[in-house]
Amino acid sequence: MEQSAADVIRVAGVTKVYQMGRNAVHALRGIDLTVKAGEMIAIMGHSGSGKSTLMNVLGCLDTPTSGTYELDGVRVTGLSKNELADLRNQKLGFVFQGFNLLARTSALENVELPLLYDRSGRRRDTRELARKSLERVGLGARLDHHPSELSGGQQQRVAIARALVTEPKVVLADEPTGNLDTRTSLEIMALFQELNDQGITILIVTHEPDIACYARRIVEVRDGRILRDEPMRQRRIAAEDLKTFAAEPEPA
Amino acid sequence: MRKSTLIKVATQSILKNKMRTFLTMLGIVIGVAAVIVMVAVGYGAQTSIQQQIGALGTNMIMIMPGASNVGGVNQGAATFNRLTPADYEKLKRESLLLSAVSPVVFTNAQAISANGNWRTRINGVSTDYQIIRNWRTQSGTFFTEADLRSARKVAVLGQTVAAALFPDGDAVGQQVQLRDVPFTVIGVLERKGQNAGGNDADDIIIVPYTTASSRLSGWHRLGQIIASTSSPQDVLAAQEEIRGILREAHKLGEADDDDFTIRNQDEIAAAASNATQVMTLLLAAIASISLLVGGIGIMNIMLVSVTERTREIGIRMAIGARGSDVLTQFLVESVAISVMGGLIGVVLGFAGAALVGRFTGWSTATPPEAVLVAVGFSAAVGVFFGFYPARQAASLNPIQALRYE
Ligand SMILES: Nc1ncnc2c1ncn2[C@@H]1O[C@H](COP(=O)(O)OP(=O)(O)OP(=O)(O)O)[C@@H](O)[C@H]1O
Ligand SMILES: [Mg+2]
Repeated sequence: MEQSAADVIRVAGVTKVYQMGRNAVHALRGIDLTVKAGEMIAIMGHSGSGKSTLMNVLGCLDTPTSGTYELDGVRVTGLSKNELADLRNQKLGFVFQGFNLLARTSALENVELPLLYDRSGRRRDTRELARKSLERVGLGARLDHHPSELSGGQQQRVAIARALVTEPKVVLADEPTGNLDTRTSLEIMALFQELNDQGITILIVTHEPDIACYARRIVEVRDGRILRDEPMRQRRIAAEDLKTFAAEPEPA
Repeated sequence: MRKSTLIKVATQSILKNKMRTFLTMLGIVIGVAAVIVMVAVGYGAQTSIQQQIGALGTNMIMIMPGASNVGGVNQGAATFNRLTPADYEKLKRESLLLSAVSPVVFTNAQAISANGNWRTRINGVSTDYQIIRNWRTQSGTFFTEADLRSARKVAVLGQTVAAALFPDGDAVGQQVQLRDVPFTVIGVLERKGQNAGGNDADDIIIVPYTTASSRLSGWHRLGQIIASTSSPQDVLAAQEEIRGILREAHKLGEADDDDFTIRNQDEIAAAASNATQVMTLLLAAIASISLLVGGIGIMNIMLVSVTERTREIGIRMAIGARGSDVLTQFLVESVAISVMGGLIGVVLGFAGAALVGRFTGWSTATPPEAVLVAVGFSAAVGVFFGFYPARQAASLNPIQALRYE
């Protein structure tokens, strides 16, 4: 395998087996994947193919049964729970399908949260950083709103701001548009593309080809194996699709 | 996580559920308040008993019939009562160290005056009683040796009795009927207040013991002999002297045990303070049970809270919270609840103690240590009962926690 300093993620021969009583569920059966800095990858596959399992391993939320994983030059395999927590805090940003914001907590405080768990203590002005991150996703005017006072798209923007606030090496998004309508999904994808253009590495799990087509590279998973891994031939620009979408009449 | 943010996070989640926090806290509030009130009452009783015993006179010695407690059981003072007027006279005659000796004949009677009726204690004593108890008359006089010798029917009243029998005037010179025997009131004693047993010391009539034996109790045995020395240093030696004289009087052989008990002021004080200390401890122990129940309440609510906030815990872990961060967050929460409850409990406890003092007339005093102990204890309750739920929270698997609905 070709080695490069710019490799953010290097996964080799990763398997994940869930032991369910007598039955073993092979969720991942040997994954090899390398992600370079600045990429935007869509991970596709049918339901149950192992996408979320892969994301959990990449997100240091779960440890593989076998195989090796290197994140930004750090060998993840064999790290303790606390070291994994610190890795998640410093090198990763998460965006979930269900937003996963803290209820009854303002947008600003939600975004500030990862900085409060930063043990290095290098960032003092956590409030200010959180505010900047929210401005970056276009929510500068909603700092004090609670999640229940925001639309789904706005909540997902808060979640993205929270993922970005620590300046992570990779943003991992598991079906980020799963709970959103078409228009809002386009807006979120436009935001991801904008962030990617600024150099942020993004991995998006989706089973919708309409969403995957905004990525630069597509990885298809089936039965815990990578079936297809190739550059997106006709990458679409979400911002432009959004304009034509706005021009079209709403389907009744 | 920084300390300031930890406290902020804890207060946030405490304030998010005000009603629940309040009810959880209530258990600790009541527990701590109960402990403080109980300790205050017990401690107050202890101090006042000490003061009253001190007021009896420091050199007093009491001689009671019957052997001292054998195996914790008092050997029936009345049954084996061999304390007689002859013993008293022998003591008075032969003792070198005692400066005053008085027999005490105990009885009760209904006292009837022209415009009053009062049931009270009657003590038959000698003239030395006044010296031993250091108790002066407020009006009139105490009886004399001559009254004693001729068993005259004269009485000296305590303040309470005087007020009950002669509400509108001086009692001295008036008549009082005790068991159909007319007595002449010759004096009224000064006010003494409560005695060591918590009873009204002024609810008493003092008569010559000779009169009490022949006219009232009809029994020529003494309930007690009390005596005093002129200096406190002599008390122990005097006790030995009394013992020798009484053993001789009772013709006890070498092998026989004493058939009487001698107690000095210090021993009485120690016994009384022992009893109140035990009472205080018992009260505090009972009150602590409510603190325990409060702690279980905290644990219950924290467990519910951990389950309810499983998703929140998952989110925190996903963005980099360590297990120890989650553990501390929940511990800080439960300790904050219990310490706040403890502080409110201290305030309520003080108010409660003051109220109890006002309504019962008992003096109450809260030792400052009790406050520290109560707050410290409630913090400990918070840690102890918060630990298990907090550990539950910390040991959650972030993936499962995130998936939790
Ligand atoms: N905790 C678990 N215990 C047992 N089996 C599991 C567990 N998590 C996932 N699996 C199994 O692993 C396989 C892959 O699951 P995974 O969630 O990764 O699929 P997915 O591609 O994300 O599907 P979807 O598109 O529906 O989200 C499935 O067969 C699933 O049943
Ligand atoms: Mg999935």
